[in-house]
Amino acid sequence: MSSEIRFTDFKSDKQPTWCPGCGDFGTMNGMMKALANTGNSPDDTFVVAGIGCSGKIGTYMHSYALHGVHGRALPVGIGTKLANPNLEVMVAGGDGDGYSIGAGHFIHAVRRNVDMTYVVMDNRIYGLTKGQASPTSREEFETATTPEGPKQPPVNPLALALAAGGTFIAQSFSSDSQRHTEIVKQAIEHDGFGFVNVYSPCVTFNDVDTYDYFRDTIVDLSEADHDPTDYDDAKSAILDADKEYQGVIYQDEGSVPFDEREGLTDSMADIPEGAPEDAMDLVREFY
Amino acid sequence: MPADLNWAIGGEAGDGIDSTGKIFAQALSRAGRHVFTSKDFASRIRGGYTAYKVRTSVDRVESVVDRLDILIALTERTIDENMNELHEGSVIIYDGERTTMQDVEVPEGMIGLDVPLKSLAEDAGGAIMRNIVALGAACEVTNFPIANLDESLEKRFKDKGQAIVENNKKAARLGQDYVQEEFDHDFDYDVETTDNDYVLLNGDEAIGMGAIAAGCRFYSGYPITPATDVMEYLTGRIDRYGGKVVQAEDELAAINMALGAARAGARAMTATSGPGIDLMTETFGLVATSETPLVICDVMRSGPSTGMPTKQEQGDLNQLLYGGHGEIPRFVVAPTNISECFWKTVEAFNLAEKYQTPVYLVADLSLAVTEQTFPPETFDMDEVEIERGKIVDENDIDAWQNEKGQFQPHFPTADGVSPRTLPGVEGGAHMTTGLEHDELGRRTEDTDVRIEQVDKRERKVDTARDEEDWSYREFGDPDSDTLVLSWGSNEGAMREALEFLEGEGTDVRFISVPYIFPRPDLSEEIEAADDVIVVECNATGQFADLIEHDSLTRVKRVNKYNGVRFKADELAEEIEDKLAEPTEVEAE
Repeated sequence: MSSEIRFTDFKSDKQPTWCPGCGDFGTMNGMMKALANTGNSPDDTFVVAGIGCSGKIGTYMHSYALHGVHGRALPVGIGTKLANPNLEVMVAGGDGDGYSIGAGHFIHAVRRNVDMTYVVMDNRIYGLTKGQASPTSREEFETATTPEGPKQPPVNPLALALAAGGTFIAQSFSSDSQRHTEIVKQAIEHDGFGFVNVYSPCVTFNDVDTYDYFRDTIVDLSEADHDPTDYDDAKSAILDADKEYQGVIYQDEGSVPFDEREGLTDSMADIPEGAPEDAMDLVREFY
Repeated sequence: MPADLNWAIGGEAGDGIDSTGKIFAQALSRAGRHVFTSKDFASRIRGGYTAYKVRTSVDRVESVVDRLDILIALTERTIDENMNELHEGSVIIYDGERTTMQDVEVPEGMIGLDVPLKSLAEDAGGAIMRNIVALGAACEVTNFPIANLDESLEKRFKDKGQAIVENNKKAARLGQDYVQEEFDHDFDYDVETTDNDYVLLNGDEAIGMGAIAAGCRFYSGYPITPATDVMEYLTGRIDRYGGKVVQAEDELAAINMALGAARAGARAMTATSGPGIDLMTETFGLVATSETPLVICDVMRSGPSTGMPTKQEQGDLNQLLYGGHGEIPRFVVAPTNISECFWKTVEAFNLAEKYQTPVYLVADLSLAVTEQTFPPETFDMDEVEIERGKIVDENDIDAWQNEKGQFQPHFPTADGVSPRTLPGVEGGAHMTTGLEHDELGRRTEDTDVRIEQVDKRERKVDTARDEEDWSYREFGDPDSDTLVLSWGSNEGAMREALEFLEGEGTDVRFISVPYIFPRPDLSEEIEAADDVIVVECNATGQFADLIEHDSLTRVKRVNKYNGVRFKADELAEEIEDKLAEPTEVEAE
């Protein structure tokens, strides 16, 4: 079946309303290619989208999907995957969805290590509400609600993930289509929670973290002296505030996903037409 | 001597009050007696007064009463706390050697049994068994065959090894023997046994068991009093049927995980109490708008805010009925006793899936922490029917695809219920969203589609109103001019109050309403009555407001909101008082 699947099968017939040039186009294309390249089909894929520009992805992709409430996409994805581990579950959202309103879920989803993929379209700005600071905005970044900058350091999502026991931590750049696709593909193939923070520039409201900025500064870890299975290498790269890295930063090759540890393999959707055959035993327990 | 015996053990939290009380309740149940238990407890692990009360009879018991016949008092405060329930002839078992009990004065007319509980427990193998010594003493006082207590001790301690079981049996006998030898008294209590088989369970357990019976396979929750027992019941048990309990990081995650599982096709559930419902309310709107079948259980406690977490209240009704921004179609089902907690849970899952609509399953603290006996056939699993509604698979999906071959999860059908495919079904891929959407589940702001989709979702409730059974439960005298209405756990106390009232020559028709929305139309019943009294555990009379709204008639209200459930005798008095008040004159 996989040979028949093309990445365009994951495309819906709705035209994106993202601004021309938005990083989210490239982010989404890479996700669709990675899903197709890993042999998934729209009918066995479940996409959960958060709220924000990034959240529109559920509409532009074709698969089973839910576009939920702000910040709660990860728990939805976890529930879906545990209830039917045969599905490919991919959660997508923005930096506000994942690291501000949903930051608590992010840390716990990382800890829980369910076999799923989380793609964050990080543009370091709130775009849909027309340009306010996000948790990854720079300390001095001036916006309508932070005229002198947020005056607090940005969240380092990679460091949060590492501290929470992340088993796959990666970063990509939406404009580097080939590398972005490869990295998302590796996240899908990872046994556990595959987390990819994607630099996905906002061309309308962020004139600092631009395509040019990332092109000029990004360092590809696959070309550097970096061993993603080495925790200390990962730690150094993640805590290096001077550089923007792309690539797989950390991967725990011994990762056993939560669903596997719990012995979950079958869909929970299949149930009998009445109570389970031995259900009277449940009553007898109360003797 | 009355037919029922009221027994209690009280002390400090941490004294093992609950487990001791449960052992005695189970012994009575195994001896073929009906049991109804209740707990007085504070929200802390140690310290503070706590008590476990057991009412038992060979006949059914549905409530607690204001009378205590036998009290095991581990602290002096236990006696003070129960002074108004103790009476002439009440027996108080205590350990005068305990430092805190040395100055205890047994009130006039009561029988104090000073039993060296700790010393005797040490003789049996350890001071930890002092409560069991007290149970043995209680067996002697009530003439209750100690062999029944043995069975209960075996059930409780068998996992700890036979030696522990034997020590406990010995401890009980030392207590029994001590009373027999030291107190030359003919106690006025005689606990008769029968050959009947009963099971003993609380409302949370009944909900959990109902969920498994109904095919629930995914439960996510965050611990909160008094709903945690649902989660603890399901943990381990649901796994036997291929399910899973997940402890989420908060209630927001809990309901969203359950929503995700339900989208995957699992029958899914979460349970919480008022504060958790507040947190879940935003997602509740998403569940309804995305037309996802989900059961959300609210085991109510005193509010608002943190309120009184271990106390009874029925204060969430308006929140469950109206909570959430925008207009949210929903069902609100509120079981009225412990066995109904089981059956209404089964019903809630069917309603959720047949109408792809969230269901609030509402219990209250009194149902949750009360254990009651039932004949096992009350929970006849063969009677459980699972109705999954319009699930479409590969074979019939064509009928629900549009001309482009796209599946239409929100197709505006005549009854409002759309076809549903589960992820994995070929040709069924679709999205849905909390945004207003078209029949394909895609965002729209088209005015016509908006109206079509709102109407379609409301139509599901209309369909359910016509096709499902929303009937009430009725007790007492159907021809009486006095009509009492209540919801939730008050049913038991009110049923017993009917007997008290009948004894006083007052006939009452009692209607217990298990459906809050949709709910039965009671206008004819109200029209036929001279006095209508609505009984509920809240201050403002939220259910009474609904009844007045439905019937355009003023009702009398009996409200209790001090954190304690109604007692049958107290409720009978309240009803008499209300009947003595003039019926409100029509507004000028």
